[in-house]
Amino acid sequence: MLDANKTIQLSHGGGGKEMDQLIKSLFFKAFDNPILRAEEDAAKLQLSGPVAFTTDSFTVSPLFFAGGNIGKLAIAGTVNDLAMMGAQPEYLSCSFIIEEGFSIANLKIIVESMAEELQQSGARIVCGDTKVVPRGCADGLFINTTGIGRIIMPNISTKNLSADDVIIVSRDIGRHGAAILMAREGLELESDLTSDCASLWPMVEQLIAANIPIHAMRDATRGGLAAVLNEWAKASNVGINLIEKEIPIADEVKGLCELFGFEAHDLANEGTFVIALPREAADGAVEILQRYGHCEKACIIGNVVETHLGKVVLTTPWGSHRYLDLPQGELLPRIC
Amino acid sequence: MQLTDLYQGFRDPATIHSLATEIKKLASGLDTDVNIMEVCGGHTHTIMKYGLLQLLPENIKFIHGPGCPVCVMPKERIDHAIALANQPNVILVSLGDMIRVPGSTGSLANHRAKGCDIRPIYDPLDTLKIAEDNPNKTVIFFAIGFETSTPMTAALIEQAEQQGVNNLLFHINHVLVPPAIDAVMAEKNAKVNAFIGPAHVSVISGAKIYQAAVDQYSTPVVVSGFEPVDVMQSILSIVKQKSANEAKLEVQYTRSVTFDGNVHAQQLVNRYFELRDEFRWRGLGPIAKSALKLKDEFIQRDAEHHFKSVLPTEPIDDHKACQCGDILRGLASPKECKVFGRGCSPQTPLGSCMVSSEGACNAYYRYGEIPHA
Repeated sequence: MLDANKTIQLSHGGGGKEMDQLIKSLFFKAFDNPILRAEEDAAKLQLSGPVAFTTDSFTVSPLFFAGGNIGKLAIAGTVNDLAMMGAQPEYLSCSFIIEEGFSIANLKIIVESMAEELQQSGARIVCGDTKVVPRGCADGLFINTTGIGRIIMPNISTKNLSADDVIIVSRDIGRHGAAILMAREGLELESDLTSDCASLWPMVEQLIAANIPIHAMRDATRGGLAAVLNEWAKASNVGINLIEKEIPIADEVKGLCELFGFEAHDLANEGTFVIALPREAADGAVEILQRYGHCEKACIIGNVVETHLGKVVLTTPWGSHRYLDLPQGELLPRIC
Repeated sequence: MQLTDLYQGFRDPATIHSLATEIKKLASGLDTDVNIMEVCGGHTHTIMKYGLLQLLPENIKFIHGPGCPVCVMPKERIDHAIALANQPNVILVSLGDMIRVPGSTGSLANHRAKGCDIRPIYDPLDTLKIAEDNPNKTVIFFAIGFETSTPMTAALIEQAEQQGVNNLLFHINHVLVPPAIDAVMAEKNAKVNAFIGPAHVSVISGAKIYQAAVDQYSTPVVVSGFEPVDVMQSILSIVKQKSANEAKLEVQYTRSVTFDGNVHAQQLVNRYFELRDEFRWRGLGPIAKSALKLKDEFIQRDAEHHFKSVLPTEPIDDHKACQCGDILRGLASPKECKVFGRGCSPQTPLGSCMVSSEGACNAYYRYGEIPHA
């Protein structure tokens, strides 16, 4: 048995007995399914029709934050990339790069939260890899996940926005970025704020089941809401108008932004998505998100226009306008 | 009480609209333009971010001042930071945007990528812990900022002195607002006929630091907060003074600013710092007695003294096409610069006004200049 009081040694990645023990008693136990259990060199999958295929590497620091950890994030992140293409997440690969000396107890917590998060979408980990690198060659733990999903709703694309579409956000923005900032060394703040880290497939499944005609859909990860909307405006060559007072933002996130000079729409999210769809379908989509998707704060925040092409314009509560540009550079606290 | 309750009233749409209406009414009776210099980059940010220009009549104009500590740092001082960071066994610590400003061999961020130990911090006192945790290294705090941030550096020196943290050195670049105002007004073509002064500077130094400018140049000075209602109220005060043909010192930010300021903080600053004979400002050139340095009795903590042999001494001018100098003196607006948004953008800044989030060019680039709705 693996001793939870111990740490990962280089031998755990050496291909011998210790590695076998790590894989069997931890990874196989948590992710158990027939394809993984077959222990072949590659997983054999049954696929038909169009599939979506994505990969993402997770290097978050700190590894544990309010509302999640790197493991939950590694599952939700890849599942969400598939879901945003209208694809049902089915098969995932998972690679661990572990720094020598990493706590086995922490690895266990991370792996267990991965298993738990998989249940949200029904996706399965069917293959994987483990590497252990000498101390100092990685920051604790890096995880890569790759995912395949069957496309159920084709034609969702960043290029599909058209004039008179409206923009919906699924919940309050900026929580993940704010939670990570608060957990980082140096910013010693206390708050109940948690990351929004979550798998989005259950919400997307409801929208697809209700035949909501989604034009574009994207989870607002790094770069936040601002990055998604700017990308859409450019890719579809349209303008986007946003109504500032309609954008849901938690008080804790607002407070952090005030303290450090950030803007909530630049902060990362890990369980918040944005949809563009025809105006007549918008109320229905919001209702489904609120009623069946546990997205109580889902709402319309703006619309698509044929002016200021490629740009996002924010209307302030007092009626003046400004561009909402892409966030740039490192997010650094202001100095005065 | 929630933190958000503190500022909500200062962003109240109805208040902003009624202030705009009153400003328009009064300004329509003026026969000359009101050219307001908001000295501080934070105010430039407020004006652009909240779209306040769109609410104001055309005869109220803004000239963006030199009050962005990152923007006014000449390239040779950035090169100092880079030279220090490249010394063996040195950890260089600095605040925020400083890390992105290009020197003549790239920015501190570039040098960090090459292996230098450079750490951005939020609270200067965090530097103390870095120094304590790394007793075998020399930790250098690269101190920047106006009167607002100087007391925090002084507090850090005091802590280091009291706790005997001897591996902590300082490179001091603290600058002062009033000499910068004098430099702007000394310009032959100076168009400025009113000032908005930054409230946070006066929380420390008091409103009194602007009295000389009011008397000497007969211009209204209003010490203002940074929320949209604060700035609109300050503009209204200036327009009222102009209508009455007055030039007075007024404090809009009465919630924290007094005439004398925070005397304790001033004493702390005076304990460790004295005036430099001269400091070269980016864009404004050398200005006498416009910056601080460590007093001689603390020379053992002065990185400029310790590392004198490796620090460049020659002034380095900006790229020829960059008009940061004219912008900082209020002679040009960002959009008049030929490289604005073309050769110069926040990703590839030629000048410091584009680098710092407090810089005028950065604010224009970021929020745009959207015409009246």
